[in-house]
Amino acid sequence: MTTKIAEPSVELSQSSGLRKRRRSLLFEAIAVLVVALLLLLIIPPILTGLGQGVRVNQLGRFLSLAILALGIDLIWGFTGLLSLGHGIFFALGGYAFAMYLQLQLPPGQIPEFFNLYGVNELPGFWQPFYSFPFTVVAIFVIPMIVAAALGYLVFRNRIRGVYFSILTQAALIVFFNFFNGQQKLINGTNGLKTDTSTIFGVLVSDPRVQMVFYGLSILFLAGAYALCRWLTSGRLGRMLVAIRDDEPRVRFSGYNPTWYKVFVFAISGALAGIAGALFTVQSGIITPKAMDVAFSIEMVIWVALGGRGTLVGAILGALIVNFARTFLSEQFPEFWLFFQGALFLIVVTVLPEGILGWFRREGLGWVRSRLRGPKEIETYPSLEEDPDVQYERKNLGD
Amino acid sequence: MTQLLEAIFGGLSIGSVLLLAALGLAIVFGLMGVINMAHGELMMLGAYTTFVVQNAFKGTPLADFYIFFALIAAFLVTALVGLLLERGVIRYLYGRPLETLLATWGVSLILQQFVRTVSWQFVFGVGLFCLLFFGAWWFLARRPDFERLRGWVLWVMGPLSAAIALVSSSLLGNTFKLTVTKPWFGTQGVDVTAPRWLRGGLPIGTGYQLPYTRLFIIALTIVCVLGIYWFLNKTPWGLRIRAVTQNRNMSSCLGIPTRTVDALTFAIGSGLAGVAGVAVGLLGSVSPNTGQAYIVDTFMVVVVGGVGKLVGSIVAAGAIGTVSYIIGSNALGPLVSFSPALTSFFEFFASASMAKVMVFALIIVFLQFRPAGLFPQKGRTVDA
Repeated sequence: MTTKIAEPSVELSQSSGLRKRRRSLLFEAIAVLVVALLLLLIIPPILTGLGQGVRVNQLGRFLSLAILALGIDLIWGFTGLLSLGHGIFFALGGYAFAMYLQLQLPPGQIPEFFNLYGVNELPGFWQPFYSFPFTVVAIFVIPMIVAAALGYLVFRNRIRGVYFSILTQAALIVFFNFFNGQQKLINGTNGLKTDTSTIFGVLVSDPRVQMVFYGLSILFLAGAYALCRWLTSGRLGRMLVAIRDDEPRVRFSGYNPTWYKVFVFAISGALAGIAGALFTVQSGIITPKAMDVAFSIEMVIWVALGGRGTLVGAILGALIVNFARTFLSEQFPEFWLFFQGALFLIVVTVLPEGILGWFRREGLGWVRSRLRGPKEIETYPSLEEDPDVQYERKNLGD
Repeated sequence: MTQLLEAIFGGLSIGSVLLLAALGLAIVFGLMGVINMAHGELMMLGAYTTFVVQNAFKGTPLADFYIFFALIAAFLVTALVGLLLERGVIRYLYGRPLETLLATWGVSLILQQFVRTVSWQFVFGVGLFCLLFFGAWWFLARRPDFERLRGWVLWVMGPLSAAIALVSSSLLGNTFKLTVTKPWFGTQGVDVTAPRWLRGGLPIGTGYQLPYTRLFIIALTIVCVLGIYWFLNKTPWGLRIRAVTQNRNMSSCLGIPTRTVDALTFAIGSGLAGVAGVAVGLLGSVSPNTGQAYIVDTFMVVVVGGVGKLVGSIVAAGAIGTVSYIIGSNALGPLVSFSPALTSFFEFFASASMAKVMVFALIIVFLQFRPAGLFPQKGRTVDA
């Protein structure tokens, strides 16, 4: 008993650390809940009251894009893999849902566009989309499978860095060509319209249905945030960061990074698929343009602007850039590309850590120095939390 | 026989355009590890330069030979733009390839919009802004307490010169109306016509001819490859470039000015993009989106060929060009007519865009066996 006098104090500090973490987690959960309720209950009436009812739908679309941004943050911000092909997964999710909606017809009929190309029989791969449960699963499982397959083939050979980016971009173009060229299978360039079809007997473009999807976007965004937060805060998250920072060393330590990368790429693809479905149903159409090269690269810049490696940053970035785009292209349609190009340059050169990263590094310190708070010492964060170190500091003196 | 010749020739001509486009990219990527997403837009600039030169020579006795002047002009213009790009943006981003990729993508967007909107008014406004801002910068940079003033200069002079440039250019636009506000090129494509001696083709067999423009492009590619080979292997600067490509730190220790080598290489790579742009201009109409059509194929050439290897790029460009032509023109379909399933399989892929799908699948399969490309860098390199 007497020899182990140090033990209780260490345990105490450990449990207090745990309690602190739990409290901050609770705080975060409450914050997410408050923001979600704010978005769901307060914002729509205000916007409609201001005569800006269209903006609610816009916000819903951008919130679904934020889900996509979370996925990209997971794979780029945490794992260091710059995917330029997320448009594939986005479009796959979108097409899956649009196909289900297209099939809401009296039995024996097939979607109108087939007649234009002289197709009389529904192609085989459309058949399963009659079923709602299948569609719901397909929305995220199909992109997930495609991402996992592509990821496995690429990561297996330790292809990474710029090569990975180029290969994903090439894959994107391949999918674009495929969807664009197959008039007979999926209506090619014209895409699939969703707003004229019905879901559970109600027209999709009905405001009530749109409101439901707005709510669903918020729900899924909160869910995606929770998922990403959970994935990145544990051991897996540390592994991802390790892969980002020094992959050969991870391999030398006896881990196989391939499966971690495949896993995170698949998750990211699934999130993109969900985002695609929600976006499609709120914008009323899905076309191969969702697999535009420019769009997929733009997704990356949302994350970069918000701050990569910070999940909140990805959401913020997606919302900021998209609202800036709608505003700027409404005001000066010609100049959006200039602004967008400048955004890429500025974010990369001046704001490499994004808005949130800058705020944490500079802004917070600035606020603190105004408030005369103590300056935080920068060191390895794990060192600060290590119970042994804390014990030594407390009992042995510095 | 004729059909086979046609297939080979078609593949060869596609491959030579790809090679021409990939050459500059491959050199730059091999040297600096920089993927230049604006490479396609540099090609587009080269094509637009051809258009301008062609119009300038219209009606002069040299009109038939404008293409040679266009080649030189395109090389110089794009090399200059490339140099500016390297000095202005990329040099701050060395060692961060993914960020460079995004930054050059931003540049490519700006260049695309630039050729769409450029007009006398636009040029005047941008010129005035640069004059005021960088003039003030240059003037103030000579003050001893410049470091203290830097932020101030940035935040005051920037908006101030922007405001002056904006107001005066809109004044200019209001006084002269359409003469200054009309875009030079506009969003529509422009047409580069081949000189008279490049029209038509060399007849072979019955009903088929080798177009002279394609022959010209093949010849141009051969000249460029030989030129680059000579430059890299026989000149002092070529030696330096090769040295830096192999081991940057060691070369730097031995007194090679690596930053100058970078800038020079980037300029040459961009200049080659310009030359490729001339070739692209001969093949069809030129629009602000022209660059986008080639960029991914070009990257594929670099990936398949292996980094920084001239031979790799040549073989890869030839292979990708030939395979995509053969698949796209459905040359394989009749050969396997014994099996209806295979025939319909090849017919499914028999178009330029579907051929891309097939080629990509083949490339992924290929990379399973040779992840580092056809001719990987030899030696004991840590994979990083």
